[in-house]
Amino acid sequence: MATPAAVIEPGSARVKPWLGADEVARAITMVFAIAILGIAALLVFELWTNSAPSRQKFGFGFLTSALWNPVTDQFGALPYIYGTIVTSTLAMLISVPLGVGAAIYLSELATPRLSSALTFLVELLAAVPSVIFGLLAIFTLVPLMRSYIEPALKAAFGFLPLFTGPAYGFSYLAAGIILAVMTFPFIISVSREALLSVPREQREAALALGATKWESTWQVVVPFARLGILGSVFLGLARALGETMAVTMVIGNNPGIHASLLALGYTMPSVIANEFAEATGDVYKSALVEIGLVLFFLTIFINGMARILILVTTRKGSGRA
Amino acid sequence: MTAAMPSPALPKAMTARNRRRNALNNAMLTLTGVCAFITVSMLFVILAYLVYNGGKSVNLDFFTKLPLPTGESGGGMGNAILGSMEIIFFATLIGVPVGFLAGVYLSEFGGKGLPFAVRYVCDLLNGVPSIVIGMFAWIVVVAPLHSYSAFAGAVALSIMLIPIAARATEQFLQDVPNSMREASLALGASKWRTIASVIVPAARKGIMTGMILGVARIAGETAPLLFTSLNNQYWSTGLKEPTASLPVMIYTHATAPYDDWHRQAWAAGLVLLGLVLVANIAARTIISRGASLPK
Repeated sequence: MATPAAVIEPGSARVKPWLGADEVARAITMVFAIAILGIAALLVFELWTNSAPSRQKFGFGFLTSALWNPVTDQFGALPYIYGTIVTSTLAMLISVPLGVGAAIYLSELATPRLSSALTFLVELLAAVPSVIFGLLAIFTLVPLMRSYIEPALKAAFGFLPLFTGPAYGFSYLAAGIILAVMTFPFIISVSREALLSVPREQREAALALGATKWESTWQVVVPFARLGILGSVFLGLARALGETMAVTMVIGNNPGIHASLLALGYTMPSVIANEFAEATGDVYKSALVEIGLVLFFLTIFINGMARILILVTTRKGSGRA
Repeated sequence: MTAAMPSPALPKAMTARNRRRNALNNAMLTLTGVCAFITVSMLFVILAYLVYNGGKSVNLDFFTKLPLPTGESGGGMGNAILGSMEIIFFATLIGVPVGFLAGVYLSEFGGKGLPFAVRYVCDLLNGVPSIVIGMFAWIVVVAPLHSYSAFAGAVALSIMLIPIAARATEQFLQDVPNSMREASLALGASKWRTIASVIVPAARKGIMTGMILGVARIAGETAPLLFTSLNNQYWSTGLKEPTASLPVMIYTHATAPYDDWHRQAWAAGLVLLGLVLVANIAARTIISRGASLPK
């Protein structure tokens, strides 16, 4: 093409003023992307500096002391850490089998139509605000626990230290159950995706060898997707650790360390929710901020693990997605 | 499946074993169905309880009147509904533009290192417990201004909304086929022109869905508001005042020992859940089928 140079000249002159626009757009959007990093950095910085009085006064003893006395300015987070671990463990014990079972049903058995309809409902369950779970639990689960479930557990397993003491209804167990319901949706939808990304050939090979549907699912498909399922469990766990409202409403808010699951307890998020607004004095407030800091690092660590595991499986599986 | 049905030629021990395998197969598969049924039925249990307990208290008074002191029956949660709207409006006003522009950067301008870091930090921020976000907002807004305020609540909620909005925007922009970018660039459009008039419009349904789902998520949050916007028994007079919100009202009313407050809490729960579910269903079915929030 022999285009005369003279024709290009006016064109490029017209293009010139616009040349900067791309760079400007890039710079503007980049500022906002960096702003997200800034928010995260500021979050860590503020939690760190605002917990300084407590960190300096108690050191690592903060994590192992069970003393919580605002009057004498003595603070230890052990009862809250213990309560958070107990309730989250209970929640996982209930929600992992149920969630993974439901995910297997959705990915392996249900017809695609039914599967997507049920998944839609599961996603809606994930959207229910936590205060609604709390509202429901306080008026239905707690009386149910007090009058039926806890007495029955005491009658059947009362010889174990796990099921002793009065049945208040409000308990570690009630908090664990409500947390289980709240973590189902995450475990189900992430596990389902992990199972769906297992290549079809894996299933066909197992079935062709004479395996039953269950054997192919349990011995081939589930092990293939195990990292993704583990990721979903970590994701659910991170939610359970940080969940505030529903737990605060049913755990009874009593800072003790009890072996019994029927006892009143306290968790890290609930103590912040209950005491932060009224906390007076630098040490008191910073002790609560330090609990927030511990909670922050704990959930960040577990979430980070979950992300890596989920990333690994979705990369590996390339069959149907 | 009938793949493992015993054939008549097999020895007796083999058929017994196969029968066991089949029984296990049927039992376990049924069990997974039961798991799915239990988990999905939770949604209906929640809805049914809220409608049963709160249905009769949702009336005009509920939407227009102030909460009454204990002992007097009647009253409503007009101030909490208005307060929630105010807080959510300002949270959206901050969160959506910031998240959207960051998402555009992640999808369209990103190189290698920075977008990876931003993406990862978004996912981590998304997983930070909401109570910790509330604490952060208290430290950076409430403490310096010496006052609980609707603005502080909006800041807390916007911090939760930003990562959701950014990741949703990025995800739906990524779904726009590259051929559209190339076609636009080949026609001589500059990059930002391509983004503004080709790519974003192509992804607008998905992005809108993501934004609505994100706003619905923060609308139900209680923990970040507990010590930012606090609560208020009266109509709030401005952004700088403590402001009532529906989720916090549900919390305080449900944990108080008065039957009349409990009735109001049920009604408020029904209204809140209704709004959240309607927003979710509308966004997912009408605007963009099968979309979901980044986990």
